Amino acid sequence: MLAIGYYIGGEAMSILPLASLPVGREATVRYVSPDAPSYRRILDLGLVGGTKVKVIRSSPFGDPRAYLVRGAVVALRREDAQAIMVEVTDE
Amino acid sequence: MTETAGTNTAGGVTCRPRIVAFAGNPNTGKSTLFNAFTGLRQHTGNWPGKTVTVTRGRFRFRGVNYIAVDLPGTYSLLPNSPEERLAKDFIFSDLYDVVVVVTDATCLERNLALALQILEVTDKVVVCVNLIDEARSKGLRVNTEALSRMLGVPTVATSARDGEGLPALMDAIESVITGRTATRPLKLKYTSEIEGQLRRIAGWLGPTGLVDGKLRGVSVQLLCGECDVLDVLRSSNRIVECLGKLDEGRRIRRECSVNAVSR
Repeated sequence: MLAIGYYIGGEAMSILPLASLPVGREATVRYVSPDAPSYRRILDLGLVGGTKVKVIRSSPFGDPRAYLVRGAVVALRREDAQAIMVEVTDE
Repeated sequence: MTETAGTNTAGGVTCRPRIVAFAGNPNTGKSTLFNAFTGLRQHTGNWPGKTVTVTRGRFRFRGVNYIAVDLPGTYSLLPNSPEERLAKDFIFSDLYDVVVVVTDATCLERNLALALQILEVTDKVVVCVNLIDEARSKGLRVNTEALSRMLGVPTVATSARDGEGLPALMDAIESVITGRTATRPLKLKYTSEIEGQLRRIAGWLGPTGLVDGKLRGVSVQLLCGECDVLDVLRSSNRIVECLGKLDEGRRIRRECSVNAVSR
């Protein structure tokens, strides 16, 4: 999926699906689509707006991947990570 | 006077055993804790869905009989599996005297989400911060007194494996059951839109005679589209009316979607 770029105060901000965030990068959750297959579970695991999430590692085929969320490592399928929009905050 | 197994005699009055439910996320040591209390050699393992049925065991403390109930691990009262549904149904039932929310001290933040949900349903709660030994070895310290003040219920740090904190936990359980400790559970405040809808739903449920604490929990379930919580209230004919309004609840929730849910 394409990353949507927009500008706030002249500064480039990028919102992209968590699934597109490279391994090792950290971002902040901005929106979770209720269409995610595991919408509730995602929220239950603490992936709500404002939460920092870091991509820890990827499985051999890139799906699922492991994320660090609130001190816990969780594995998410690509289709779920695709429904979580994040803003890159580690640069 | 002979004492019948499984009953309590207090002041000459015989009453049923007190029921202590252990709830919590998967892999927080619920079953280990349960074993420590009941001495049962219940199998403890580390894979998903291990506890598929409710295990019960008896124990005595200060001359009082208790029944411990080991609920399946769950992340939420909005269930994603039959096991989680079972845990949720139990929490919404009147089958227990106290529920011990077992949390993992090494990732407390995630575990407290379930604790907050349970505090919306009942005020008979003790929070157990388990695996405190693991947390310590990771350099984490948990201020249980501050946590207890914030949550409004007794909070005890334990390491079920080596028995640390278990007497204090049992003491907290007893004091909540007897009412010696009055709990004042933290109630999350949602956005004004959600609060408004919760008030409406609570209004429909008014005639069901639900006590205040549980009323809020049931209202939240309904707003989230979890209709089966109404099974606990089946006796009321107001339910039919409520069901008709659920779709609206679903729509509203979708609109306030996402981030309102947790903060």
